[in-house]
Amino acid sequence: MNTLRIYAIGYLIFLYAPIVLLPIFAFNDGQIIAFPLQGFSTRWFAELMTITALHDAVLNSLFIAVLSAVFATILGLCAARAGTRHKWPFKKGMLGFIMVPLVLPEIIVAVSLLIVFVQILDIGLSNWSIIAAHTLICTPFCIAILNGAFANLDPSMEEAAMDLGESRWGAFVKVTLPLVSPGIVSSLLISFTISLDEFIIAFFLSGANPTMPVYIWGMLRFPGQLPAVMALGTILVTVSVILLVTAEYFRRRGLARAGLKDTGGFL
Amino acid sequence: MTDLIELKGVNKYYGDYHALRDINLSIRAGEFFSLLGPSGCGKTTLLRTIAGFEDVSEGTLTIAGKSMKGVPANQRPTNMVFQSYAIFPHLSVGENVGFGLRRDPRSKDEKAKLIGEALEMVGLAGLGARAAHALSGGQRQRVALARALILKPKVLLLDEPLSALDKKMREQMQVELIKLQREVGITFILVTHDQEEALVMSDRIAVMFEGRIGQLGDPESLYRRPATRQVAGFIGMMNFLKGKAGAHVNRELTSDEAHSAPGLLDQLKRNLGVAEPAPKAIRQFESGVEVEVAGLGKAVIPADQIATGLHGKDCLVGIRPETLSIVFDGENPGGRVIDGVVDEVVYYGDMTYYQVRVAGVDEPMTISMKNLIGREVLEVGAKTRVAWDPRALVCLAP
Repeated sequence: MNTLRIYAIGYLIFLYAPIVLLPIFAFNDGQIIAFPLQGFSTRWFAELMTITALHDAVLNSLFIAVLSAVFATILGLCAARAGTRHKWPFKKGMLGFIMVPLVLPEIIVAVSLLIVFVQILDIGLSNWSIIAAHTLICTPFCIAILNGAFANLDPSMEEAAMDLGESRWGAFVKVTLPLVSPGIVSSLLISFTISLDEFIIAFFLSGANPTMPVYIWGMLRFPGQLPAVMALGTILVTVSVILLVTAEYFRRRGLARAGLKDTGGFL
Repeated sequence: MTDLIELKGVNKYYGDYHALRDINLSIRAGEFFSLLGPSGCGKTTLLRTIAGFEDVSEGTLTIAGKSMKGVPANQRPTNMVFQSYAIFPHLSVGENVGFGLRRDPRSKDEKAKLIGEALEMVGLAGLGARAAHALSGGQRQRVALARALILKPKVLLLDEPLSALDKKMREQMQVELIKLQREVGITFILVTHDQEEALVMSDRIAVMFEGRIGQLGDPESLYRRPATRQVAGFIGMMNFLKGKAGAHVNRELTSDEAHSAPGLLDQLKRNLGVAEPAPKAIRQFESGVEVEVAGLGKAVIPADQIATGLHGKDCLVGIRPETLSIVFDGENPGGRVIDGVVDEVVYYGDMTYYQVRVAGVDEPMTISMKNLIGREVLEVGAKTRVAWDPRALVCLAP
């Protein structure tokens, strides 16, 4: 029992201690990332505010993340509903193929999409190429989350709504969507988070405007900007934690609303 | 009564699976109709076909004279109570009940009044504001009923609505459903696998096996005159004995056979003039088919209780446990009597079920006896006599 506890604590330290270093150095009043600390300062946050190229990168990333999340969630909704309601030939194989990007190395996705966009389609690179790629890698996550939401849903619900006079679409909008809405919210939040900090694909496919992770990677070449990167990292960690906690809150509220037991879920 | 729903030659295939086979069925306006059968017999498929959730592969379905081909569920004059009740958990009880009124042009106040009336009808008056997911199983079922009935459908479809309730609740709801059906006068079609439920509630029952209707009739004729062994075995308990059908007979009973001999006391009273004189023997006839029944001997079974085409052939004779009786000391058997040995006793409180071995019968026969005052419960191994009556026998194809 005691060794297990020590192991668990050690494991958590290994996981999270490096992240704790981020805010420590972000508020450190020295340019070199090393102990001993040199006093409290918020000047790196102030400096962040002055780098306009970074602002553009952040806006770019937000734009890409929001649209990728929306597209991936819409695709995930369709796939999850079809997968839990209907039967068709080769269903398992097809659903399996949709889930493949989950385990596919991102560098392979990045290189092959680069060839597709530049060589085959010849449409060049832009934010839209990144959005397409991010939608691709986020969709499996959305399906995994939404599958859970749809599997919990009594298939008679939609039929009952239709029986009471709603059209197929009306039944979906008035009954199914409200009941899976917690799943939709967590699907949106998770794909947003994945897209926001994705680096490899964005690095390969970004055109003239880098995304935030790509820009940060560029900053690393200049040691003087390292503390500012720490400050940025601190902000990102905070935002990510808030988003994920919100997603989980909505998922649990959805379960409670439908009167279901919590069976684990994605987080 | 006029026919409200008519199915002609209806077949339904799921790929290779033949779910409904040649269904021909008319359901009358205002009747309580049940589809009864074991799971997988196609009863729910048939109900969903009527509701419009499944297409008919072959054949025609008409409701109130209109062909339902291509008419979706939301445009049919039917409403359904689902097995899971499908109460919308994100809405309140009142919003659930009023769901079907969304497209109704009436004013908000009128709708609220209708919802209130519907809730009152199912005994949930005043619960309109409650959250739907906070309801008990029985209350959910009532909400589902109110939600379906508020639209005043021509037909209410009930898909095993009582199977999720406990026994007491189920029996209570059976009675309430019958009352409700009489009150609103809407045609109810109930799907159930519970034969007792079907017998209690229905005007007519269609018993289904493997996608076919095995027999259609009112509860009494189904129970008394099952047409096949499958139906006989599915509805109630039935003892099956081997038999051989013989010729048609129509003979006069002798007075001994027609009346049991009067007791000594009665005779004395009559001789003294204090009792009415013995009634003049009325000539009685028995008519039917003579069947040689294993263990029971020759019996004349009424013609409408013998399946057609069995003359001179081996057959199966069915007899219900409650039409047999153990002859207790001091009781006067009404009909014919055979000897037997008690093989098993199951005590139910109000009833005792005996398994009695009779010479010439392979399986022990089940006999149910009411535990009347003064009646002892026999022990295993006790010798006993069993009374039976040829009028209670049915003769079926083996």
